Amino acid sequence: MRLTVTVNGIEHSREVEPRLLLIHFLRDELGLTGSHWGCDTSNCGACVVWLDETPVKSCTVLAVMAAGHRVRTVEGMVRAGELDPVQQGFAACHGLQCGFCTPGMMLTARWLLNRNPHPTEPEIREAISGQICRCTGYENIVRSVLWASEAESSEAGRSAAGSAP
Amino acid sequence: MTEAPDFTGNGEFIAIPRKEDARFIRGQGTFVDDISLPGMLHGAILRSPYAHARILSVDATAARAHPKVEAVLTGEDLIDKGLAWMPTLSGDVQAVLATDKVRFQGQEIAFVVARDRYSARDALELISVEYEPLPPVVDARLALDADAPVVRDDLAGRLDNRIFDWSAGDKDATDAAFLAADVVVGCDMMYPRSHPAPLETCGIVADLDAVTGKLTVWVTSQAPHAHRTMYAMVTGLPEHKIRVVSPDLGGGFGNKVPIYPGYLCAVAAATLTGRPVKWVEDRSENLMSGSFARDYHMHGEIAATADGKILGLRAKVLADHGAFNATAQPAKFPAGFFHIFTGSYDLRAAHCEVTGVYTSKAPGGVAYSCSFRITEAVYLVERLVDMLARELGADPAELRMRNLLQPEQFPYTAPTGWQYDSGDYPRALQLALELAGYAELRAEQAQRRERGEYMGIGISFFTEGVGAGPREHMDILGLGMADGADLRVHPTGKAVLAISVQTQGQGHETTFAQLVGRELGLSPHDVEVVHGDTDRTPFGLGTYGSRSTPVSGAAAVVAARRVRDKARLIAAAMLEVAADDLEWLDGAWRVRGDPEQARGIAEIAMAAHSSLRLPDGVEGHLDASAVYNPPNLTFPFGAYICVTDVDPGTGEVKVRRFIAVDDCGVRINPVIVEGQVHRGLADGIGIALMQSIMFDSNGNCLGGSFMDYLLPTAMECPSWELGMTVTPSPHHPVGAKGIGESATVGAPAAVVNSVLDALAPFGVRHADMPLTPANVWRAIQGRPVRSDLAED
Repeated sequence: MRLTVTVNGIEHSREVEPRLLLIHFLRDELGLTGSHWGCDTSNCGACVVWLDETPVKSCTVLAVMAAGHRVRTVEGMVRAGELDPVQQGFAACHGLQCGFCTPGMMLTARWLLNRNPHPTEPEIREAISGQICRCTGYENIVRSVLWASEAESSEAGRSAAGSAP
Repeated sequence: MTEAPDFTGNGEFIAIPRKEDARFIRGQGTFVDDISLPGMLHGAILRSPYAHARILSVDATAARAHPKVEAVLTGEDLIDKGLAWMPTLSGDVQAVLATDKVRFQGQEIAFVVARDRYSARDALELISVEYEPLPPVVDARLALDADAPVVRDDLAGRLDNRIFDWSAGDKDATDAAFLAADVVVGCDMMYPRSHPAPLETCGIVADLDAVTGKLTVWVTSQAPHAHRTMYAMVTGLPEHKIRVVSPDLGGGFGNKVPIYPGYLCAVAAATLTGRPVKWVEDRSENLMSGSFARDYHMHGEIAATADGKILGLRAKVLADHGAFNATAQPAKFPAGFFHIFTGSYDLRAAHCEVTGVYTSKAPGGVAYSCSFRITEAVYLVERLVDMLARELGADPAELRMRNLLQPEQFPYTAPTGWQYDSGDYPRALQLALELAGYAELRAEQAQRRERGEYMGIGISFFTEGVGAGPREHMDILGLGMADGADLRVHPTGKAVLAISVQTQGQGHETTFAQLVGRELGLSPHDVEVVHGDTDRTPFGLGTYGSRSTPVSGAAAVVAARRVRDKARLIAAAMLEVAADDLEWLDGAWRVRGDPEQARGIAEIAMAAHSSLRLPDGVEGHLDASAVYNPPNLTFPFGAYICVTDVDPGTGEVKVRRFIAVDDCGVRINPVIVEGQVHRGLADGIGIALMQSIMFDSNGNCLGGSFMDYLLPTAMECPSWELGMTVTPSPHHPVGAKGIGESATVGAPAAVVNSVLDALAPFGVRHADMPLTPANVWRAIQGRPVRSDLAED
């Protein structure tokens, strides 16, 4: 099947098998390996990307279901050379160790902050509850999202954020 | 970024942001499945649906005819190449592809290589295997019965399923201690089969250069050098023609220590096809065939005086090792370090016996952040101490405080032979009690009980032994457990450190740079850490058993100190003074009494590479190597307190608070240390409440996906409350101890003790993990649960 999809603002058109999963399309066809595959059963969320404005588990979405839609992956989080505050927060708060769940976690966090700029800790935990991290015990992921929320809520925070790696 | 100093004025290390993070937050890590080579083929494995069956035939004709299939390997094909069996890390052999029988559900039978990953999977369906089902050995407690089927009839002369009988401690002295005791408390308890389940599964890309004969593998390996040696031993390829690259690893926790059949199949297929071959297991393959952990059936007894002085401990253990004895641990210790089971207490005598058996389950064992079975040992003793407290009507905190080893007893030789290096146990427990507000918690519990609410307070105190190990006593496959480090300082004073261990998220690129930077007065940002590539790093046994900092970290420091010593001679030549007149102060060699006369490492490095006339016997350049053979393990410890609320109607357990005081000696990067503790605490919740790989009576694995093998999410984990004490290791160059596994070791007992404390009003004395709602509910009803077997 012919699939035309916009990924991180760039339109791609490919001939694909109908059964091809979106995660494999992104990784194997487009070479966007920042999204990871972890479980096959929609439990771990390592494969989370945005389909239009909503996080989805791309191991459970057929690539052709994304036809005509916009997909955003971790590679699309940097805007105009600037790290997203969520990315800065994860680095500033040790929100990652092995880095495997991180892209999915950050994309969910970005979605949460867009809807709820000042989430509470329980709200953050609920937002990421469909995703598994085996390294952090979630504590520093929560702190990272809170950091990003604070950074975004003040210009001072924004400029301070510029020093993160 | 502005360069942060790596240590404060008092010599303690500080937290700096991780160097690794820049690539990971951009999605630019390189994991094995991210690697794609031109012409690369994809492998998939056909696995056994049976737990025990004779293979009558394997017919791959139709699969080979699939238009996108390039090759199919069966066990028969591997026999011809001498690759049908491979050695395990415990000196057993394991089938790469089954030839005679399948011995667990999920065992490897055939390997398909196709042009894409979907076609490889498709072709698996085209292979027909004829089986003769055999009765499996599912219940380990029946494995030694006279009529039990023999799992390993491939081994000459083997008539039963016994792998080993092993014991430690003084049996007579222990029996005497028990005879002298007023109180003896005993219990059967099961540490169920678990799995580390790193988020990235295992995989490999194998590429054989037909011209040079060099094999390169990119593989999920926590121990690249040990893997290289094993590939050489198994395949017959010369070791110098093998390069093992372990790129970024998406967690490991022990799962990525062994060599798996899929790796060898990929190597064989790359050899056969002349093209690179990738194999990445799926999650079910990971959970059903990879390294399981635990699976210890334990009977423990504790003896004490009437006033609560612990006198002795003894344990009998039945260890289920699955179908192949593939545990990863020092060769002389078939039960790992389980005999540290005397824990943190001052007692006279202890004795343990461990019997290992084969069953019709996946091989593995010892993986999963357990420090070679110390997890099981800590769980046993901490449950027994709680039971003793209940028997005596004593407070479990007070009973522990009364029996803990005292600071002046260190170095302390345990009844089973371990020499603990350092510790101040009462201080750690006291701090945990204060952080928890223990007295207030007990008061709250009493009030809640009056209201019919079931709140539990659980304590565990653990001592670990990590950093294997002294090479005279510890080896794996004959390889002593020492690790090398190579350090080169370039002319401009920027350094490269090459190490043998492999991070799986622990942040070695940052912490090892801090270690070297601190020794040489360099910013950690000026020290590049090279790891995970056998062509670029010195030999060493890799990362597991929390050995990176204790062993490899020590090697890095020794190498840095050698560089510093050499720099002193060069600085003396530069300053035209005697080397003895120089002292190392504030990151430079300085003239005693005239500290302005100084040379830092960068200046010295340039001079070392220049035409400066060097003292006799001093070679140019500025570099050094070290191989560190640890004199002993390091013994981190900690005190944990878990507060739970249990709903007796549903059996649901909610972890309300978790207080963890860890002492891992000097902390190189405190934030990274805390992150590792957080991880292990989540493990504790998972193992105690959720994670279990059960089997039905046919040997079907019931934990083969994340829908069945439940891992904790952010909802099950509380916000961790950490504290620390610092008791340096006297024998580690910077006083550090390992920390990577402490919380996984210590936390499950605290959770279980908490739940059992909550259930005390129901008279529930013990219930085995995992304390799922169903298991808790059944415990309240007085119905015991076998947590390893499904009820038919």
